[in-house]
Amino acid sequence: MDIEIRLKALMLRGLDGDAAAYRECLAVLGVRLRAYFARRMSGAPGDVEDLVQETLLAVHLKRSTWDASQSFTAWAHAVARYKLIDHWRRRKVRQTLPIEDHIEFLAAEEPEPSVGLELDRALASLPDRQRILVSDVKLTGLSLAEAGARAGISEGAAKVALHRALKALAERMRRAD
Amino acid sequence: MRTDDLIDALAADAGPAPGLAPRRRLGVTLVGGGLVALLMVLTWLRMRPDLSEAMRGGMFWTKAVYTGLLGLGGYLAIERLGRPAGSGRRGWMLAGAALGLFILAGTIQMMTSPSILVALHLMRGHSWHVCSVNILALGIPMLALGLWAVRGMAPTRPAQAGFAMGLFAGGAAATIYGLHCPENTFTFVALWYSLGVLLVAALGGLLGRWALRW
Repeated sequence: MDIEIRLKALMLRGLDGDAAAYRECLAVLGVRLRAYFARRMSGAPGDVEDLVQETLLAVHLKRSTWDASQSFTAWAHAVARYKLIDHWRRRKVRQTLPIEDHIEFLAAEEPEPSVGLELDRALASLPDRQRILVSDVKLTGLSLAEAGARAGISEGAAKVALHRALKALAERMRRAD
Repeated sequence: MRTDDLIDALAADAGPAPGLAPRRRLGVTLVGGGLVALLMVLTWLRMRPDLSEAMRGGMFWTKAVYTGLLGLGGYLAIERLGRPAGSGRRGWMLAGAALGLFILAGTIQMMTSPSILVALHLMRGHSWHVCSVNILALGIPMLALGLWAVRGMAPTRPAQAGFAMGLFAGGAAATIYGLHCPENTFTFVALWYSLGVLLVAALGGLLGRWALRW
């Protein structure tokens, strides 16, 4: 199971503050998540992408609950599964998800990403400062320090503000429907 | 927003998660909730007057160990159930074993009592009508604190997680209640202490269903 070894190593480096390793970890995970959700939600690519994004946000915000002595993919699979069931619950879809092994979660098919709408909607509803910080970091590839400087705050303050913005995004996406 | 853009934003926030780690959060809950329960006993219920004498006897500590084990079971369960895919099995087994043993001891004590009147007295003690409710009252502050703490974790079974947090809070509250309550029979403790702890747990399970979603 080399994907587990690879993801776990990347995640551990990410938790150590290595942004490049962390980005790679989330990117690999994102591809797997897309395949996982696509297999279970036929014909709703927009919803699939929304769930991928909501799950990535949750993985990020809830990372302290991953016990590094346990499997990372099993943990991420449980987060994805919870988000999928929660999605169905909110949409009042009666659907059951069979208990499945997380090995299957790693199946290698790779559907194309599509565009999710919920995240943009959630982002638009954030206060200006938070929204600009998130877009500066993601779109222009500015480092957190540069984005902070543009907003007139220190890197530390930018870090706190970004974290708050991501938390608010997750909360808004969760309440979207 | 494309998923890649989101990943860039998340990567910029790499590093350890801010705030307290799960075990720390639960530790803070125990200290905070335990202190509030202690204050409630000191100012509202009062310590039992014969406390220092009672502390030399075995039943005082037996009671404390029993309720402590219920709370420890709750802790072990929530420490796992607060995480995705976590299972509370170890905690349930510990609390279940303690409960089973005490119910057995209480039943034997009652069955071997010389008369039906004595057996009835064993069941009712002097305070059967307030015991469980007092434990519930002492446990509620810690339960509230605990639900807040678990909200910062990621339980994938919210009702079970709430129940486990309630068991943790109820066990701690019942242990502190022992500083006030002079009842010292297995029968009474197995009945009313257990009921009080289970009330806090049930309330936790009920609240967890909606309070612990994320």
